[in-house]
Amino acid sequence: MSMTIHVDIVSAEASIYAGLAEMVFAPGELGELGIAPRHAPLVTRLKPGEVRVNTGKEELGFFISGGILEVQPHLVTVLADTAIRADDLDEAKALAAKKQAEEALADKSSDIDFAKAQAELAEAAAQLQAISRLRKSR
Amino acid sequence: MAVGKEIKTKIASVQSTQKITRAMEMVAASKMRKTQERVLAARPYAKKMGQVIRHLAQARSEYKHPYLAERECKRVGIILISSDRGLCGGLNSNLFRKFVGQLKDWNEEGTEVVMASIGSKGEGFLGRLGGNVLGSVTHIGETPLLEDIIGVVKGMLTEYDEGKIDRFYIAHNDYVNTMTQTPEITQLLPVYTEELDDQLTHHWDYIYEPDAKEVLDQLLIRYVESLVYQGVLENNACEQAARMVAMKSASDNAGTLIDELQLIYNKARQAAITQELSEIVAGAAAV
Repeated sequence: MSMTIHVDIVSAEASIYAGLAEMVFAPGELGELGIAPRHAPLVTRLKPGEVRVNTGKEELGFFISGGILEVQPHLVTVLADTAIRADDLDEAKALAAKKQAEEALADKSSDIDFAKAQAELAEAAAQLQAISRLRKSR
Repeated sequence: MAVGKEIKTKIASVQSTQKITRAMEMVAASKMRKTQERVLAARPYAKKMGQVIRHLAQARSEYKHPYLAERECKRVGIILISSDRGLCGGLNSNLFRKFVGQLKDWNEEGTEVVMASIGSKGEGFLGRLGGNVLGSVTHIGETPLLEDIIGVVKGMLTEYDEGKIDRFYIAHNDYVNTMTQTPEITQLLPVYTEELDDQLTHHWDYIYEPDAKEVLDQLLIRYVESLVYQGVLENNACEQAARMVAMKSASDNAGTLIDELQLIYNKARQAAITQELSEIVAGAAAV
């Protein structure tokens, strides 16, 4: 029997593939990588492209939009991105989140109003207690 | 017979409320299962990521990433993860109480706080609370995508990179089981790596492509994002479970109320009949 290496392809939203392979091909940032069993430890960023897994019987292809590849001698892990990523895109999203907060909180003061918050929470707690008391007394 | 008209109307109105709460209970029950599946589906990524980070912390790398290094804590950042909708019992207010308690502790220590929120309930709460709010995202729905939370996390990470915050936390509900959800405050940065893998204690390092700094940067950002995402999913499952329980007890309460009202109605009806009978008998006797 030929040597095999364990492959895990996961994304933040789901596990995509797990199994044994004779050879794995991935689109590394500095060029296409071929990983055979007992490869030296390696971490690299991946470009958008296809990860191919050769199981000996068949070759499976998985398209990824970027991510990270980790190689241990007996384990290959592909951490795939689910969203299309770029620094300026992330920046735009951060700004959108900031804008929403500013709009929602237009008239707030910059000091934390502990007294008000606690009064509000105490009220909510009192309501809950009243409900549970009411329920017990039935 | 005009007896108990008001009681009849009241019973009908409670019945229609009960119909709604019962429907909401069933909807929440089916959504709960789906949200739980989603939590499980996202777990391998965070687990794998954690494994790689642990390996990295052990590899004697020449480059030390700021996300892995502890520094003196003067300001902290925290993201409050809450639900978008109400009617889920004390879920959000329990979380907010824990959150305010933590803020108070920090306040007493003289630590400044930068906040951000995910979910409209949290946004509203921070609005009423005041303080320094960095970002907010709402209406991410029952199928949250990682993409939705990138903005808020990016805002916090930029603060961290610029040295404006020294620690980064999230506050969210932890799903224990259907009946129990506990509010938790978890530290994300600096990354805490205590458990070591015994097999890898000898001296070794990865080959980094293109170089250690760039790979680590991306890896750690993804790691933090995946943890926040997990928090959101977990909170979602909690929301559905809490809503299911709350709606179940609301339906039960409506049931008891209907029974009681029915009893009152029957008694009133009986009393009216008895009175009428005795009036007739008394009238007959008088004649």
